[in-house]
Amino acid sequence: MYGKRSRFLTIMLTLGLAFFYIPMILLVIYSFNYSKLVPVWGGWSLRWYKELFQSAEVWSAVSLSLQIAVVNATFATALGTLAGLAMVRFGRFKGRTLFGGMLVAPLVMPEVITGLSLLVFFISLNQLIGWPAERGFATITIAHITFSMAYVAVTIQARLTGVGQTLEEAAADLGAKPFKVLTAITIPQLTPALISGWLLAFTLSLDDLVIASFVTGPGANTLPILIFSRIRLGLRPDINALATIMILVIAICVAIAAIIMFRQQRADLLDRQMAEREES
Amino acid sequence: MTDFTDDMSEPLQGERQSMLRLVMRRIQSKWRQIVTVIPFFWLLVFFLAPFFIVAKISLAELAIASPPFTSLIEWTDSGIVTIRLVFDNFVYIWEDSLYFDTYVNSLKISVTSTFLCLVFGYPIAYAIVRSGPVAKPLLLFAIILPFWTSFLLRVYSWMGLLADQGTINNLLIALGIIDEPIRMLYTEFAVYIGIVYTYMPFMILPLYANMEKLDNSLNEAAADLGSKPTNTFFKITLPLTMPGIVAGSLLVFIPATGEYVIPDLLGGGNVQMIGRVLYNEFSRNSDWPVAAAVAIVLLFILVLPIMVFQHYQGKAAEEQ
Repeated sequence: MYGKRSRFLTIMLTLGLAFFYIPMILLVIYSFNYSKLVPVWGGWSLRWYKELFQSAEVWSAVSLSLQIAVVNATFATALGTLAGLAMVRFGRFKGRTLFGGMLVAPLVMPEVITGLSLLVFFISLNQLIGWPAERGFATITIAHITFSMAYVAVTIQARLTGVGQTLEEAAADLGAKPFKVLTAITIPQLTPALISGWLLAFTLSLDDLVIASFVTGPGANTLPILIFSRIRLGLRPDINALATIMILVIAICVAIAAIIMFRQQRADLLDRQMAEREES
Repeated sequence: MTDFTDDMSEPLQGERQSMLRLVMRRIQSKWRQIVTVIPFFWLLVFFLAPFFIVAKISLAELAIASPPFTSLIEWTDSGIVTIRLVFDNFVYIWEDSLYFDTYVNSLKISVTSTFLCLVFGYPIAYAIVRSGPVAKPLLLFAIILPFWTSFLLRVYSWMGLLADQGTINNLLIALGIIDEPIRMLYTEFAVYIGIVYTYMPFMILPLYANMEKLDNSLNEAAADLGSKPTNTFFKITLPLTMPGIVAGSLLVFIPATGEYVIPDLLGGGNVQMIGRVLYNEFSRNSDWPVAAAVAIVLLFILVLPIMVFQHYQGKAAEEQ
């Protein structure tokens, strides 16, 4: 829907964007502040970046978080894609309502509930089968996969309904076996959704504090857990520096994802136009 | 479309084709089961089963043991199985005004924040929909970008703004508007700011998706027939964007009710929300049965909104 944008709407939009971005911009600016007191300006400096890079604690938290995020994103994309295929392509099957419900609920479920329930689950499991003996990498990754796959499934479902089933049907009519249809048609069609789903799962994992705090064990500190333990006591200039780096990395990732999606959309559009031209 | 039926004109070949299809369908049906079973099984084990364990613990008693609660089922020496369900934890939550007040306060904060997100998010979404083809994707990108950045750091950014010695107070004092810093951090006000700030994209995006599909000709027709813009808005646009309003509101309301990080960082000890009480009950007091009961009650409060959200989500998926 296009149309004229009234002055009121333009003002609200501008205020909204200012509200979104001013806190972040200030956060970045103060990361270059020499002063130990965050809001007191003491001149430009890279002091806190240096301190950050020298902290072994920060590096081990970054490493743990990245490992969890990569494994989580990969498994969540695989499971979320299967779930999305099942929901969109397979019509009605036994337990579809329950499956759909469990697939949507993690999107809104308060994190404290998910975290608490997974922790008691892991503890009960440990009593029952002796695993997981200690909590950390494995338990956090499993917890993250469980809620990330729901987000991936939503992305995949949107793409599957968006591209329709015509190409898959045509391939099947021409004698392609289901597996061939999957690898030659469905997966290439899903590529942009797979990439954005993977990136989404990756950032969700990197971002999670509450669930990780519940299911982690002694010694296994992810980056959000480390940040939280520091900022609970007040403002910390080194956290501003860390935030700046994280914002930069995420902005680059999102920009790449946006470009890929934009190109794919344009390619789809061109394909469609070509097809229409051939038809006529 | 090119016609492929030519070479199937002979009846024999047609029959072979249909047999082939039958076999193919068989394989397909098995393959489908595998595709469905794997994620289904994962969610059953790691999403659904844990809730039942929480429910079980909420009916147990606190015990000095590891884990710190009693077993519901006990085998006595004579081989009799006894099941003990203790509802004391729920009675305790009901009778202790701390919990009751905290639930009410959480709901008050999440309902108000949802309303604020709607009031500010609606015109923003509408403004994006009405933007030109070049500005629109850029504006959408600008709304989505904060959503991808760390939630924790977005909350942290407001600590710097709202602190007694923070940017806002420093600015106001420098401008001579106030002499003494206004206390903003560690108040309910800060919690509202934090929730509205972090959850706003969840309101804007469903609203945008909904408004994008609206037909402007309805508005034009109303205008042609002499309807004033405000009248058109309340009679046409608002009812048609109801699905977006419901989806966006639930996406804000449900997680905000159980929010832990925002009341902890921006509210300090001064704002009680149930997510924070639950976390503390669990980690500091290690009273697992009460924590589990708190979680079950919270889930009970949120079950209806969650089901409404699922209903809308399912309908939106079918409409696409």
